[in-house]
Amino acid sequence: MKPDLFEAPDYYNLDDLLSEEHILVRDAARQWVKREVSPIIEEYAQKAEFPKQILSGLAEIGAFGPYIPMEYGGAGLDQISYGLIMQEIERGDSGVRSTASVQSSLVMYPIFTYGNEEQRKKYLPKLASGELIGCFGLTEPNHGSNPNGMETKFKDMGDHYLLNGAKLWISNSPFADIAVVWAKNEEGRIHGLIVERGMKGFSTPTTHNKWSLRASATGELIFENVKVPKENLLPNKSGLGAPLGCLDSARYGIAWGAIGAAMDCYNTALRYAKERIQFGKPIAATQLQQKKLAEMITEITKAQLLAFRLGQLKNEGNATTAQISMAKRNNVDMALKIAREARQVLGAMGISGEYSIMRHMMNLESVITYEGTHDIHLLITGADITGLPAFK
Amino acid sequence: MKILVCISNVPDTTSKINFTDGDTKFDTNGVQFVINPNDEFGLTRAMWFKEKQGATVHVVSVGGPTIDPTIRKALAIGADEAIRINAEPTDGFFVAQQLAEVVKNGDYNLVIAGRESIDYNGGMVPGILAALLDMNFVNTCISLEIDGENATAQREIDGGKETLSTSLPLVIGGQKGLVQESDLKIPNMRGIMMARQKKLTVVEPVDALNATQETKFEKPAAKGAVKLVDASNVDELISLLHNEAKVI
Ligand SMILES: Cc1cc2nc3c(=O)[nH]c(=O)nc-3n(C[C@H](O)[C@H](O)[C@H](O)COP(=O)(O)OP(=O)(O)OC[C@H]3O[C@@H](n4cnc5c(N)ncnc54)[C@H](O)[C@@H]3O)c2cc1C
Repeated sequence: MKPDLFEAPDYYNLDDLLSEEHILVRDAARQWVKREVSPIIEEYAQKAEFPKQILSGLAEIGAFGPYIPMEYGGAGLDQISYGLIMQEIERGDSGVRSTASVQSSLVMYPIFTYGNEEQRKKYLPKLASGELIGCFGLTEPNHGSNPNGMETKFKDMGDHYLLNGAKLWISNSPFADIAVVWAKNEEGRIHGLIVERGMKGFSTPTTHNKWSLRASATGELIFENVKVPKENLLPNKSGLGAPLGCLDSARYGIAWGAIGAAMDCYNTALRYAKERIQFGKPIAATQLQQKKLAEMITEITKAQLLAFRLGQLKNEGNATTAQISMAKRNNVDMALKIAREARQVLGAMGISGEYSIMRHMMNLESVITYEGTHDIHLLITGADITGLPAFK
Repeated sequence: MKILVCISNVPDTTSKINFTDGDTKFDTNGVQFVINPNDEFGLTRAMWFKEKQGATVHVVSVGGPTIDPTIRKALAIGADEAIRINAEPTDGFFVAQQLAEVVKNGDYNLVIAGRESIDYNGGMVPGILAALLDMNFVNTCISLEIDGENATAQREIDGGKETLSTSLPLVIGGQKGLVQESDLKIPNMRGIMMARQKKLTVVEPVDALNATQETKFEKPAAKGAVKLVDASNVDELISLLHNEAKVI
C-alpha cells in the first residue's frame, strides 16, 4: 500500500471550535493510526483477518472507553474527544473503529451505566486495558431492525439463570472474552447479561465471506442452556431502552467516524486528481472532477458541523435519540457517497488496494446498515417530527 | 536524578514557509507547531530514565502562551512538571541565559536539549548553556546511559561514533539515536487527561543580552527547469556550466 500521506481538511477552521485538549487528543489518535493502522490494514482486509496485534495499541492509546471515568480505567474525556478519536480511527479503517466502538459504547458503557459497583470494578479496568475484549449481542437471525421481537430468553433457576438463543452479526464475537447479551426473562422483559467465554453451552462461530469490514471479526453467539451466574445480570436498567441507550452512544461515535472515512477518501482523491495528467493537464483542472471534489468538501464540512454540535449537546446531556439518528444517517450516507465518487476519480487505481478508497467504500456498506439501517434512522426522524411511528 | 528537558516549539516539517513584514518575520499563519524533533528524542530518553531509574523529569520552554499546547503535549507524554519562560525566544544566547536561570534554581543534574531546533538551526543553545552553567557537555549525542554520577555517552562524529565517559552534572545536545523514531511516545488519552493536573509554572525572563538581531529572511531560489545535454555533447555542457550557471 502507498505511504499514508493523509492531511485532514478543515475548510471552516473548525479547529478554532475545539479546545487545546481536543486537538491533542485528535492529533494523538491521528499519529497512532498513521503509525500502527495504515501500514498494515490493507493486508489484513485483503486476508479478511482482524489484526489482533493492534488491540494492545488501541488500549494503550486510550481508545477503549475514553469517556469512562479514570477510576474505572477510562480517561474521563468528554464526548467531543470520544468523537474525534472515532473519526481518526475510522480514517484508518471502519473495522478497527468498530472494535473500539463496540468495546467502548456497547460493552463498557452498559456495564458502567446499567451495572452495579462490583460489575464495574470487575470488568471496566480490564476492558480499558484490553485484557478483556467484549462484544454486544442484540441482533438475531429473525430480528434485526426490530430487536423487540427477540427470541433469546433466560429462565430464573433459583441460583442461576439459564440462557437459550442465538445472536448473529456480532462484531468481535469470534475472539471476545465477554459478551453483553440482551435476552428476555420469563415475563418477556429485556435484560442485559454478561456472558463469559468458557461458560458451558456458549459458542461463537465466525461469519465468513464478508465483502465489507473484512478487517473486523464478525460472528454468532450461540447459547445452549448456558448457566449464567445471577450476579452477571445488569441490574440498573431493563426493557428495550437499555440496549437502545448503548446504541445512542455508539451511533454518536459513528457519526464522527464516518467523517474520518470521508476525509480519507476526499484527501486521496484530491491529491490524485492534482497529480494525474490526462489530455495534457491534471484531471483536477477539469470541471467534472472539480464538481466532485467541491461537493465532497462541502458535505464533509456540513457533517463536521453536525457532529460538533451533537457533541456539545451530548456533553450537556441533552442529545436526543432522534438527533443522534439524524447525524448517524446523514454522515454515513455522506461518507458512502464520497467514497463512491472518490473511487471514480482514481479511475482504475480506485479499485486497487494500493489506495484506501474501495476498502472504505465496502466498509461503509456495513456502517450504513448496522446500528440502525439508513431507512430506520429516517423513520426515527419521521416519528419524531410527526409523532406517528411508521415502523411499528 | 533530576532531569530538565529543554523543548522548543517549531513548525512541523511539512509546513509551507513564508515571511511577512518585508521578509523580517516568519509567517505563522496556517503553520502547525510541534515539539522540535531533536528535543522529542531527548524527552523520550528522559521518560526512559523516569520509568527505569526513577528520575524526575521537568520540561522547560521559552515562549509566549501560544506554545502551551506543545508544553501540554510533553506533559501528556509523561513529564512531571513544566516551566514556561514568558519571552520570545529571539536568539540562542538569550534563550541559553534564560534556561541557565531555570537550571540553577531547579537543581537539575542532567539537562537534555536538542542538538539544534529545526526552525532556525542555530545549534548554539546547549553549548552556551553548558558554558554558562560550567557543566560537562556532550553534543550530537546519540546514546546516553547514566549510572549514579557517571555517564556514558556516544557522539556522532564525521564518519563514525565516539564513546565518552563523563559525569553529572551534564548538558547534552541530543538527536535521533538517543532513541529511535519508533520509540517516540504518542500521548495516550489518560496521559492527556492527567496533564491537566500537572504544574505548568510561568516565569518571567531575566534581563539578558540579545546577541543577534534578525534583519532579513530569504527563501532559496526557486529550482529552474532542467536542461538535458546529450552525453556526447561535452562542449555544450561546459559552455552552459561556464556561461549560464557560472559555476566553472
Ligand atoms: C458487519 C456487521 C457487524 C454488526 N455488528 C453487530 C453487533 O456487534 N451487534 C449486534 O447486535 N448487531 C450487529 N450487526 C447487525 C446490525 O445491527 C443489523 O444488521 C441491522 O440492525 C439490520 O438488521 P437486519 O440485517 O436483520 O436487516 P432487516 O431488519 O431485516 O432489514 C432489511 C431491510 O429492510 C428495511 N426495513 C426493516 N424494517 C423496516 C421498516 N419498518 N420500514 C422500512 N424498511 C424497513 C431495512 O432498512 C433494510 O433495508 C452487525 C451487522 C453487520 C453487517
